[in-house]
Amino acid sequence: MTQLTVQKKLEILSDAAKYDASCASSGTARRHSDSRGGLGSTEGHGICHAYAPDGRCISLLKILMTNFCIYDCAFCINRASSNVARARFSVEEIITLTIEFYRRNYIEGLFLSSGIIKSPDATMVDMLRVVRALRMDHDFRGYIHLKTIPHASPALIEEAGRYADRLSVNIEFPSDESFARLAPEKDVTEIKKAMAGIRTHISDASEKTMVSKKARTFAPAGQSTQMIVGADAANDSVILSRAAGLYGSYALKRVYYSAFSPIPDSSRILPLIKPPMMREHRLYQADWLLRFYGFSLDEVTSTTETGMLDLDVDPKLAYALRNRHLFPVNVNTAAREMLMRIPGMGVKSVKRILEARRHGLLRYDDLARLGGRMKTAKAFLASGDWTPGRLLDSAHLRSSFVAPEQLSLI
Amino acid sequence: MFALELPATGVFDCWRMQARGLAGRNVRSRDVVWRRHGSPPSLLAGEAFPDGDAPGVAMTVPKAFLVLAREASCHRDEHVFALLYDLLLRVMHDGDILSNPADPAVRQLEVMAKSVRRDAHKMKAFVRFKELPQDDGNRRRFAAWFEPEHFILEHVAGFFVRRFADMDWLIATPRGSLSCVGGDLAIDATPAVNSNLSDGVEDLWRTYYGNIFNPARLKVKAMQAEMPRKYWKNLPEASLIPELIRGAEARAQGMRLAAATPPPSHLAKIKAPAVPPASAATGDFTSLADLHESARHCRRCDLCLHATQTVCGEGSSTARIMFVGEQPGDKEDIAGKPFVGPAGALFAQALAQAGLARADVYVTNAVKHFKFQPRGKRRIHQRPNGTEINICRWWLTQEIRLVQPRLLVGMGATAMLALTGDGSRVMSRRGRVEETPEQRTVLPTLHPSAILRASNAGEADAMKTLFFDDIKSAASFVS
Repeated sequence: MTQLTVQKKLEILSDAAKYDASCASSGTARRHSDSRGGLGSTEGHGICHAYAPDGRCISLLKILMTNFCIYDCAFCINRASSNVARARFSVEEIITLTIEFYRRNYIEGLFLSSGIIKSPDATMVDMLRVVRALRMDHDFRGYIHLKTIPHASPALIEEAGRYADRLSVNIEFPSDESFARLAPEKDVTEIKKAMAGIRTHISDASEKTMVSKKARTFAPAGQSTQMIVGADAANDSVILSRAAGLYGSYALKRVYYSAFSPIPDSSRILPLIKPPMMREHRLYQADWLLRFYGFSLDEVTSTTETGMLDLDVDPKLAYALRNRHLFPVNVNTAAREMLMRIPGMGVKSVKRILEARRHGLLRYDDLARLGGRMKTAKAFLASGDWTPGRLLDSAHLRSSFVAPEQLSLI
Repeated sequence: MFALELPATGVFDCWRMQARGLAGRNVRSRDVVWRRHGSPPSLLAGEAFPDGDAPGVAMTVPKAFLVLAREASCHRDEHVFALLYDLLLRVMHDGDILSNPADPAVRQLEVMAKSVRRDAHKMKAFVRFKELPQDDGNRRRFAAWFEPEHFILEHVAGFFVRRFADMDWLIATPRGSLSCVGGDLAIDATPAVNSNLSDGVEDLWRTYYGNIFNPARLKVKAMQAEMPRKYWKNLPEASLIPELIRGAEARAQGMRLAAATPPPSHLAKIKAPAVPPASAATGDFTSLADLHESARHCRRCDLCLHATQTVCGEGSSTARIMFVGEQPGDKEDIAGKPFVGPAGALFAQALAQAGLARADVYVTNAVKHFKFQPRGKRRIHQRPNGTEINICRWWLTQEIRLVQPRLLVGMGATAMLALTGDGSRVMSRRGRVEETPEQRTVLPTLHPSAILRASNAGEADAMKTLFFDDIKSAASFVS
């Protein structure tokens, strides 16, 4: 086999990495370089250094160490039975790419994942060589997201958490049956156990020990996971219920939903569809309602039809349309929980409403200034000089929010 | 009328000092004209500001005003200085104004500050350094060209200093330059020109950009919302965008239409073995290890879906006492072992007081998966229902058959239901032994979690005494 150039390897191993949606670089411990040395910094919120035409942010150098893999997961571009071109980076090549990209301000850091070669432990050991050298030999202080390999031994995961800002293991599917069918060589229990182990390390690290007042560092940006949407028959209720269970169980920072997308040389058992992007978007919105808007899982799933979220209107609007008896909400008197349920009002606008109303009665015009999307919100709120009146009960209310299908000339 | 020209650098500090002096002299906002360094003087040129300190007035403003003013003062519209001065005069009388986001002046300045923050953020994101040849020193040297919308160089300088401490760098812009050589930051307000450098690493970066893009998910508007066209000319990767967009649909379509190729011939050699299917265990286990392995894949009910793992019993395979609890809790689910959480600690105390070693007994649960309701980042324990207890009794029966204990201790109503078929309150049953349908002796007692849930300390102490006594009775029963 001829030796591949770094450029060719980068082509193959970034192409192989793009199906992982996560690219976040926020929420980690603050660090920076200084006159005594080091390269890089992290300052609370991450930075998206570029955007690809798929609308996704490019914050990290997201690559696989290798796309050779002994597993044959049907949905995966790198599965053993696929005929995609294969490559493997050396430790030094990954380090050089990371550092040279970082110095030119292209990236916030590295997101390293890998196909499984030889064994999970052998793969994890190789990945650790990269991140250990970045941190120890090159004093790299930028962001590192490491995909941990399920089935890898706990001692390796523990070491990974010392170097990485974030660890992640992908649950892949909302149901264990789909997992067993589409990833037959992986054991879903091992995935959950890996997440459980990371949770334990994270919470242990946050407890101060008797010996040192300073907490140990373990993956300060927490852990995340990803679920593929649309490759199996699971509906949105099943997906959201799985997500809620994962958030509760493993203190996850994020569950990523990734619309199943065509891959080169796909497996026969999975239909190649157009990725259900709107469905993915609605799932993220529903996830936000669960985490930041005080909605319960039942409230969110109550807006579904046969388990699927409404694609035409967002889940918060769908909830309001189905529960009109709770509206209009008076912005001058209502509690925060109810303000958060007004469609068109986000967390920030609600915060501003609560501050502003201490200074006097809020009028309709004030609300737009506070950041509300009044086109949507006006039907569901009342203010000093505004009440939606019959608008709220109108039979056409829902259709007024649904964009008409675009007509096109033939 | 005063006409004030602010300096080229240190703009905010100068504005602050001048504004303090003007306010101290009760100068009205409409009597001051502010302009940036080098911008054409107003037609209404007035007198210069008198030197010397303002008459002594204690001037305090909320910290939030300084934060807002520092950011807003970077705005390219020099009208911002008048707006800030006007707001300063109001804030001095009523510091509370700032906390009213509905106030039009506050809102206007916040919008300006937001525009500055966005510009600063985009500068941190879109500056692209290009390497320069090394000079005599051993530090590597980089330079970038960027076109900010506002006067943000001083505002963002710290970010680049903190990030790139081990190299020398220069960022040139039409609004001046930032540089850091040997760790010393310098700000120069002279407009710079683009020297159009190039850097070989950009080819690798473009390779990455082109390949991380997924052609099946084209969303051009989303990209442009975050990376507006005006930045493209200075981004090396942006030259690829038109071609990536043009070819996307055909590439996605090509992937959909391509038939699956036959797997490579060496597949069997490299592929890992599949996980054995969750077979319906038949119950002819010859050892506990056998049973535990089979229970790992249990899918007899839906509890396995959200739980992490099956938590089987543990302890001696020849134990004379088998303790049966309700179900694993949060800690047990994570650890994969029974009774390791707070209830487990209480249980361990009871064992120790009764002179029993945990290794000599067998400890298990009626239900082997944790049942819970997720509530944000926590899990709220839920009692297993009759069906779940019934289904899981199959495993318990197997454990009893393999261990053959002389005494079963049912801790709590769920355990007693699983063991005897009677799930009534244990408090009225304790003190007497009962039997399983297979005529095995069962001692009912309370579950240690019940003690932890007691409504007051007195009640908890009383329950603890009862529980400890029951465990002692169990110990003497088998001795």
